[in-house]
Amino acid sequence: MSLVRVIFISIALSCVTGAAAAQSRDLLEIRITQGIEGALPIAIVPFDWAADAPAEVNVSAVVAADLRGSGRFAPMPVADLPSRPAAFSDINFKDWRLLGMDNLVIGQVKQTSADQFAIEFRVIDVISEKQLAGFRIPTSGKNLRLTAHHVSDLIFETILKIKGAFATRIAYITVEKINNKDSKFRLQISDSDGHNARTILESREPLLSPAWSPSGDRLAYVSFEDRNSAIYVQDIRSGKREKVAFGRGINSSPAFSPDGNSLLMTRSRDGNPDIFLMDLKTKKQRRLTTHPAIDTEARWTPDGRHLVFTSDRGGGPQIYRLPIDGGRPKRLTFNMGNYNSRASLSPDGKQMAVVNGGDKGYRIAVVDLERDSFEILTDASLDESPSFAPNGAMIIYATMGRAGAELAAVSVDGRVRQRLALQKGEVREPAWGPIRK
Amino acid sequence: MTLTNSKWILLAVLALAVAGCSGNKTKEADGNRAAVEDRGIGHGEADDPGVTTTGIGDDDPYSSAALGDPNDPDGPLSVRIIYFDLDSSNVRADFRSTIEAHAAYLAANPDASISLEGHADERGSREYNLALGERRALAVRKQLVLLGASAGQAQAVSYGEERPVMVGSDEESYALNRRVEIIY
Repeated sequence: MSLVRVIFISIALSCVTGAAAAQSRDLLEIRITQGIEGALPIAIVPFDWAADAPAEVNVSAVVAADLRGSGRFAPMPVADLPSRPAAFSDINFKDWRLLGMDNLVIGQVKQTSADQFAIEFRVIDVISEKQLAGFRIPTSGKNLRLTAHHVSDLIFETILKIKGAFATRIAYITVEKINNKDSKFRLQISDSDGHNARTILESREPLLSPAWSPSGDRLAYVSFEDRNSAIYVQDIRSGKREKVAFGRGINSSPAFSPDGNSLLMTRSRDGNPDIFLMDLKTKKQRRLTTHPAIDTEARWTPDGRHLVFTSDRGGGPQIYRLPIDGGRPKRLTFNMGNYNSRASLSPDGKQMAVVNGGDKGYRIAVVDLERDSFEILTDASLDESPSFAPNGAMIIYATMGRAGAELAAVSVDGRVRQRLALQKGEVREPAWGPIRK
Repeated sequence: MTLTNSKWILLAVLALAVAGCSGNKTKEADGNRAAVEDRGIGHGEADDPGVTTTGIGDDDPYSSAALGDPNDPDGPLSVRIIYFDLDSSNVRADFRSTIEAHAAYLAANPDASISLEGHADERGSREYNLALGERRALAVRKQLVLLGASAGQAQAVSYGEERPVMVGSDEESYALNRRVEIIY
């Protein structure tokens, strides 16, 4: 596990169609700062584009960037390819074996009607000279880039037997300083590679804690637009939103239930922050904690039967687990310092990412809940807001860059790291969205 | 016990002094000084052998300006920011006089109200810091109420680490950002 492989990728703006200038400010740039030694060599032959108009999205380039960005693959530079086979029968396996390629991807994009396309591709094992998988995916011009990420997911899963999370979105908050006193806060959504960033809310007052609904159609977040914290739920398609928790005290830290019908949240109406469960239809709420300490940052376990939350009932902040239906909180973080907060659970519920504070600062740690062990994954001093990718392979978080807060991602084993920086302003509080269905 | 009682009496005297001077600044200042001097605060020495006075110690913060104009840039009410130690919501001793001055003003002006904005430094998680900011604002509010302000006069709001006054990842910035702002 060394820093031998330091790769820089600048995702070219030319990949983005239209409005490139308008989007440039919002574009996240991904740099892989640490990859796996011995990432799998793979050749992705540029896909043929059979359509009336020139290609708007270079599908195979998007796929290569995705796979490289995961740190688990080392795609061969296009210029080095010995040939560009379009069909299985065109492949000269000996050439690829000599170059040390384990796998080969060939494919094409065909126009099927005015705005309809089909992406066809095959994943080939060079050693056994067999096709591992072949797919034909119909899509529209508008969704070509998203479908390219879907292709990356299928290749990732075919070869590694781990679900890909490229065709997903992230939500995050950006902060742009306008002058000494004022800032613009934006809630944005982008594809997992930082492209296609769109602002869904802009405010002069702070925004925080974006949280996805399980189906990815809504975001809950905290806004200070009323000069106090209030929780909103916003429909991503329509932009319509509803203020669900407001009034005296803190109204914050929303988390959707696995069925999407209710929200866990922190409220301090009675002078002390506790965890509440609100039914989003009836707005009826139930108090889940009553301790005079700070209880906040509640998250559901994937089975929907428990919540984990941060509490300083034992002195410093630590993570506790509590059955949704009531019971005694059980502490989950032991022997890992006196500051552990902001838990994010892996999709299988077996691992938990936390902010771990110690002598050297605040870092992202991952706790193995079955083995009761933990590992510190990052090495900066102000890391926060960890959020698991929906395939459980990566954790996205906020860290301090040269020009302020930026996003970073680290693999759960700590071996792969990425940075996602805005070209201007700060970006923080990432929340990785669900796998799209 | 004695200390608390004497403070209450003092507050009442001070409140009356202010209430009686209908906003005239000169008179107000005079009234305060007279009230305070009568109590011999901070000295505890009897200059008349026939009278026994009891000093209430150096920690008593009342001074002649304690009920001054909140807009007087040199008065104690001009101090509107209370700073806190790391991960703490204890009101430090060096801010007690400030809080006592504001409490006295609020007690004397029942129509006045303030907002207490609690803030945290940037370290650690944002939501936990939001709760810490509130705890600080509530700690100040509790002291104000103990000192005579009514609960309805002070509203606590927390901004957590979202509104730093000093941007920077160093001790100096952190110390300036861990604060409660008193806003009239």
